[in-house]
Amino acid sequence: MNTKLLQLLESDCTLTPDQLAAMTGMTVEEVKAEVKKYQDEKIILGYRAVVDWDRTARESVTALIEVKVTPQRGEGFDRVAERIYQYDEVESVYLMSGAFDLTVIISGRSLKEVAHFVGDKLATLEDVTGTATHFILHKYKENHLIFEKRPEQEKEWIFV
Amino acid sequence: MNYENILSQRVQSLQPSGIRKFFDLLEDMNGAISLGVGEPDFVTPWHIRDAGIYSLEKGFTKYTSNAGLAALRREIAAYLERRFDLRYDYKHQLIVTVGGSEAIDMAIRALVNPGDEVIIPVPSFVCYPPLVTMACGVPVLAETRVEDGFKLTPELLKKHLTPKTKLIVLPYPCNPTGGVMEKADYDALAEVLRDTGVMLLSDEIYAELTYGQHHYSPANHPELKERTILVNGFSKSHAMTGWRMGYVCGPEPIITQMIKLHQFGIMSAPTTSQYAAIEAMRNGDKDIEMMKEEYDGRRRYLVEGLNRVGLPCHEPKGAFYVFPDIRPTGLTSDEFCERLLKEQKVAVIPGTAFGPGGEGFVRACYCVSMADLGEALTRIGWFLQDLKG
Repeated sequence: MNTKLLQLLESDCTLTPDQLAAMTGMTVEEVKAEVKKYQDEKIILGYRAVVDWDRTARESVTALIEVKVTPQRGEGFDRVAERIYQYDEVESVYLMSGAFDLTVIISGRSLKEVAHFVGDKLATLEDVTGTATHFILHKYKENHLIFEKRPEQEKEWIFV
Repeated sequence: MNYENILSQRVQSLQPSGIRKFFDLLEDMNGAISLGVGEPDFVTPWHIRDAGIYSLEKGFTKYTSNAGLAALRREIAAYLERRFDLRYDYKHQLIVTVGGSEAIDMAIRALVNPGDEVIIPVPSFVCYPPLVTMACGVPVLAETRVEDGFKLTPELLKKHLTPKTKLIVLPYPCNPTGGVMEKADYDALAEVLRDTGVMLLSDEIYAELTYGQHHYSPANHPELKERTILVNGFSKSHAMTGWRMGYVCGPEPIITQMIKLHQFGIMSAPTTSQYAAIEAMRNGDKDIEMMKEEYDGRRRYLVEGLNRVGLPCHEPKGAFYVFPDIRPTGLTSDEFCERLLKEQKVAVIPGTAFGPGGEGFVRACYCVSMADLGEALTRIGWFLQDLKG
């Protein structure tokens, strides 16, 4: 397993095979073969841009929902988790230790849309015994990326 | 007033750097990629910045002792032992300076008498000859060659060594060539210098940035340590250029004299920076490794890419520059840089800016993102194709 290659792609998936090869000491062909293998084996699940929708005209609401569920005999939490993550609105589902069982992150176009999802779809699942919805007010950092546009130091070309 | 008659002749004799014109061109240019500035593109790691901020919150705003905070000097001595197997007594053999630059200036002024010769391997960073001139010394430039990996060889040293030689500057790992010196190289120099009183000024600001081998200092050499003044700092290793933190280590009798220069000229290095530097020494080794790994990837990419597009580029073993050979283009370094900037908006520095021996080469710094490096390589490729017609 080439963790170095995976780390590089995780931090920046726009790196080209040429660049990845130079950075890992592999040949370009090796890089391409490894990446394909990781994609086939679902070790690499996908590639996507991190978008700050607040800088656009598009409305977007994200909520983090704590979900308590009754685990199923023989299947634990897997079945109910699957019934939840099948919904397109659901961004992430994590099984948690502690006071509740699942963290569900969902995004919608409006508060109403999210409320509708929780009330009509999530809370009514038979194994779900309770939910607590927390709306995300502002994103500061996600996947190591900072959302704020930071000021830059005055540019000076200096001969070093 | 006629200022020319008033100003020191010596200061007036110093030549301003010829690369200003490139920077002036760059200023007004949109979409240019600069591989010109030799500075880490990383921001100082947060835990180090935070330590500086914390010291301000606590009100640590007074002078420190002339030599620098004892806690910092202790940490630097521990760091030098941990990372480079060097042992210095932090009480008597170490001064915290305003960047490596101040340390270089002080070392030269502490040693040079009028007329003393200082051997400087070139191409190298531009500060040494003017500082020697201002100390009434005579800079003696020794042209290193690509075939020798830009090392100072014993033959080259012998060629320039005279009874007037006081000091040899050792700018390794080297800006701009990426050349490094190894133990065997110092063995050979030690033999030449045996029975002389010649001192060595080892500027090791890029010591942490060597690739495929560990940095070897003349201070690691049993025969050379007593004649070595070691300069290092935080700028390149910890991405702390603006904090102006450096240090100098050496034999106690020399450090004792240098501390006078530092005391009268500077007083003490900035206090906030010193507190941040303590944190860098205590918990910054992982930052060094992270940045070095990143630089190394870019270095290999750039060397491979330049060779691929037709600029022969030897493998730089240290620092964060490549120094490709542009002679196949038939252009001078200056022409190459000016045309590359005007035609493809990529800024690199002519080798001639680093002294004689730099003609036929240009310096490109890889302290930019992989995306920019990729774009720069594409444009350099186009530039070379256009040249061929």
